[in-house]
Amino acid sequence: MAIAIPAIYRTTVGKKAVMAVTGAVLVLYLIAHMIGNLKIFFGAEDFNHYAHWLRTIGEPAVPHRTVLTLIEVVLAASVVLHMWSAVSLARRASAARPVKYQAKRKSHAQGYATHTMRYGGVIILLFVIWHLLDLTFLVVNPKDSGATPYERMVADFAPERWYITLWYVLAVIMVGLHLRHGIWSAFQTLGLRTSRGDGPLRALATAVAAVVTVGFLAVPLSITFGWVS
Amino acid sequence: MKVTLRIWRQKGPEDKGGMVEYQLDDISPDASFLEMLDVLNEQLIQKGEEPVAFDHDCREGICGMCSLVINGTPHGPERNTTTCQLHMRKFKDGEVIDVEPWRAKAFPVVKDLVVDRSAFDRIIAAGGYITAPTGTAPEAHSVPVPKPDADKAFEAAECIGCGACVAACPNGSASLFLGAKITHLGLLPQGQPERWDRVVNMLEAHDAEGFGGCTNTGECTVACPKGIPLDVIGRLNHDYLKATAGGKKK
Amino acid sequence: MTDDGFYTTGDPIADTKAPAGPIEERWTKRRFEVKLVNPANKRKKTIIVVGTGLAGGSAGATLAEAGYHVVQFCFQDSPRRAHSIAAQGGINAAKNYRNDGDSVYRLFYDTVKGGDFRSRESNVHRLAEISTQIIDQCVAQGVPFAREYGGLLDNRSFGGTQVSRTFYARGQTGQQLLLGAYQAMMRQVDAGNIELYPRHEMLDLIMEDGRARGVVVRNLLNGEIKHFTGDAVVLATGGYGNVFFLSTNAMGSNVTATWRAHKHGAYFANPCYTQIHPTCIPYSGEHQSKLTLMSESLRNDGRVWVPKKAGDKRKPADIPEDERDYYLERIYPSFGNLVPRDIASRAAKNVCDEGRGVGPGGQGVYLDFADAIKRLGRKTVEAKYGNLFEMYERITGENPYETPMRIYPAVHYTMGGLWVDYDLMSNLPGLFVIGEANFSDHGANRLGASALMQGLADGYFVLPVTIGDYIARNSDLPPVDPAAISEAETRVREQIDKLLSIDGDRTVDSFHRELGHIMWEYCGMERTDEGLRKALELIPALREEFWSRVKVTGKGEELNKELEKAGRVADFLELAELMCIDALHRTESCGGHFRAESQDEDGEAKRDDENFSYVAAWEWAGAGKPPVLHKEPLEFEYVKPTQRSYK
Repeated sequence: MAIAIPAIYRTTVGKKAVMAVTGAVLVLYLIAHMIGNLKIFFGAEDFNHYAHWLRTIGEPAVPHRTVLTLIEVVLAASVVLHMWSAVSLARRASAARPVKYQAKRKSHAQGYATHTMRYGGVIILLFVIWHLLDLTFLVVNPKDSGATPYERMVADFAPERWYITLWYVLAVIMVGLHLRHGIWSAFQTLGLRTSRGDGPLRALATAVAAVVTVGFLAVPLSITFGWVS
Repeated sequence: MKVTLRIWRQKGPEDKGGMVEYQLDDISPDASFLEMLDVLNEQLIQKGEEPVAFDHDCREGICGMCSLVINGTPHGPERNTTTCQLHMRKFKDGEVIDVEPWRAKAFPVVKDLVVDRSAFDRIIAAGGYITAPTGTAPEAHSVPVPKPDADKAFEAAECIGCGACVAACPNGSASLFLGAKITHLGLLPQGQPERWDRVVNMLEAHDAEGFGGCTNTGECTVACPKGIPLDVIGRLNHDYLKATAGGKKK
Repeated sequence: MTDDGFYTTGDPIADTKAPAGPIEERWTKRRFEVKLVNPANKRKKTIIVVGTGLAGGSAGATLAEAGYHVVQFCFQDSPRRAHSIAAQGGINAAKNYRNDGDSVYRLFYDTVKGGDFRSRESNVHRLAEISTQIIDQCVAQGVPFAREYGGLLDNRSFGGTQVSRTFYARGQTGQQLLLGAYQAMMRQVDAGNIELYPRHEMLDLIMEDGRARGVVVRNLLNGEIKHFTGDAVVLATGGYGNVFFLSTNAMGSNVTATWRAHKHGAYFANPCYTQIHPTCIPYSGEHQSKLTLMSESLRNDGRVWVPKKAGDKRKPADIPEDERDYYLERIYPSFGNLVPRDIASRAAKNVCDEGRGVGPGGQGVYLDFADAIKRLGRKTVEAKYGNLFEMYERITGENPYETPMRIYPAVHYTMGGLWVDYDLMSNLPGLFVIGEANFSDHGANRLGASALMQGLADGYFVLPVTIGDYIARNSDLPPVDPAAISEAETRVREQIDKLLSIDGDRTVDSFHRELGHIMWEYCGMERTDEGLRKALELIPALREEFWSRVKVTGKGEELNKELEKAGRVADFLELAELMCIDALHRTESCGGHFRAESQDEDGEAKRDDENFSYVAAWEWAGAGKPPVLHKEPLEFEYVKPTQRSYK
């Protein structure tokens, strides 16, 4: 392993592999997060209890919020590494073609999702910051820490705050697109994709992306349209 | 047929260069794209102007020397076809056609449409071979190679080293070129002893030349006149990670 | 035989290096006889190699592996682009993997016979012996030859031979073999044993004390004239088919390196032997820059025909069966469409000369698959020829499943080249010539899948041994006199300045095209005394016009593709004359040289062994002076000359 780490930090393939692995961590987290969100359909009590449980996992063996903090640390590290690889590769790409083409570049390959990875990633980053300020640090949430998690959610996506919902919808769709290419891409990057497995892999990526998108959209839309209150 | 050409003209490596417009009347649709440029050059010479410099040699799609970005697409609109095999009948009468050189830091423009692709040679020199000095070879039948492996190795070995993958890649990456050689040699039993060193050394050479990294956009494989599949990049990634993180490279 | 003022006859020459004795022991014997170079001394010895095709690439790699310091040049931007890459068919080797009666001796026999008894037996036998080692070497390098399900190598029969001895990698055998040699070369570049100079063109030879000691090259990127000196010079610069302007050669293929060596005294042997391939895609208009070959295998199922009536402009589908002339089947009922290359080519020219040719300019004949599709079904035809049909459609825009293909012969390979002895050294000490650039192994006609074999045999196995003998025997050559260097450089500069200063009104290509027309018309598939004499009037006149009217734009000190072309065409204009003189002097027909005056009643080529069983090695006598003919008599101890018949 002595040479593995420096090599990975140095080469393009290594950086991309870091992106794939951290991306995988984030996808797994997203799925768990989405499942948690859906608890809202079981009512306020279930949802609030779930939110409380998150902070008490492992107690009393470990102190309050240990596991959650660990998760947060892993997530933060993943996000930083993911972004660092992306930025580093993007800078490299821009240096690799100092003079641009005069003719409009035509894309012939893959789909729309592929070409949203970079700016989509930036939008997702901005969204995550907003999202943390909103529902974690409550800076931009209408409710304060006195309210239950359920109340905060409902207040956040109230019908009169439709623009917030819209912002969430756009961001979640962006996450979906990011995942559709990202999941496929991670397999390719780690050398796990084969020609024969390409169809199923693309189907899997699309399915996960769709499930995550629908799952995350269900909650804010239900609140805005008044199905959950 | 008539065409309007907008061609990148650049006197030398230090010159800034720019697009220059030329009008051509009476071009046969049966002429190849390069023959059309020959006609233009003949006319320019007659007028006492400098002809357009472009690289070409075999004109049958195998040497890999021709290298034009036509209307924003390396080797032009026809798939699996090099510039030299592209014919004018693929264009509309009166069409405006943009012609540019490959664009990459690792492929500096020498003049007009001619670029320097010696970076590819240096990548091969870094490990794109099997060490078998003349005279040391065992009998050819002593090492059977399963046909599927031989066929796949051949498909990867078809790479003509033209650089269209780099020209097409939004990141200016040569991963398809690199992956093709890794796959060709890595699939054969003869290529095993050097497999892990090869991938690390060649990738490092690739990066040192200033090529970008692969972000799996797939543009390269579409632009590749030989249709080399993306699998070769997967294999490159796999072998590299196994060599480094997997500790295979001693 | 008359001199006619076109040439003079000098002393006969002989190959003094081939050992006597049983033919199968000669190469072993020679290898034992050669003086060896002390391994420690090798790295002090510099060998200059010009060209990076199969011959040059394999030689460069092998010499460097052996420890020599190699300095190597190619005019392309990378060694991998040499025109060997375009060879499609395959490579012969006497492995006898099929157990079909093949042997080294049979390959030797077939090659001597195929060469129409105009090659040296010793050389050909060595080639056949080495053929098997080549396959082993290439497999070890990772050349992905076609394989069978059992994992062993596949073979096919090729070019009308009765045994399956051709190894192949789909239709890209040349590419795969060249990449093997190129990779081996690049390994040596990385190790510092080869100094590689791509985009450098050799423009002159540096001679000192009668020995080849170096080259003058032009850096094509910036026009810089440089010199390199060493202990020996190897030319691996390919053939000169582009003297015809239209050929299947690459655009850059040229005779400059060998021609300029010729002007220093190296003999040019058998320049008139030209191989013409019958199945190429025909000319489509004045813009045409090159011709594309299609595999000869197409003739296995396609039927060749032209309309019976001259000037019939109807579409092929509108011409009823009884108004078609399936002329190969008519004239050669037993071989039909599968007659050898030269016969098929000549027959196509004859029907076109009668005004029955089809397509633009009437230079084409139909190759019709309608019957094959009816008989085998479209699917089978597609499986067999799909790639070729696609290529045809890409180039012509016509769908060969629906309308017959049009084909026409095109120049493909030149058997002639610089004269070399058994050691592959020219008559100039220190100047070695390998691959298509020399004249050695194919006689008057090359068999299919033998060019790759010869290039690699020369480069991997023959030259690295024989050049050592020369180096060992000349171990203390003094440094090259600066005067010799500056003389050569001056010559090169003067020519460049001259070309740039004419500033005439005709482009280089227009001269090249006109020269091509002359050569194709009078020194192509069928040559006559009258035609060759006509050509010998036209060529010097054209050359004179070239030197007074050519227009070369730009400067010498930059990338200047027009200047490169001009230098090459200047040499073709001189070579063309020698080819015609050689063709005129050889009044027999043999292999790739058909003299209309020398045929039997069936139109078959008739050799004249009594008078022409020799290699014609031509010496340059100076500008404007008739060349001197040196004859190397050929002896056949093993394969006795016979006349072929395909009726």
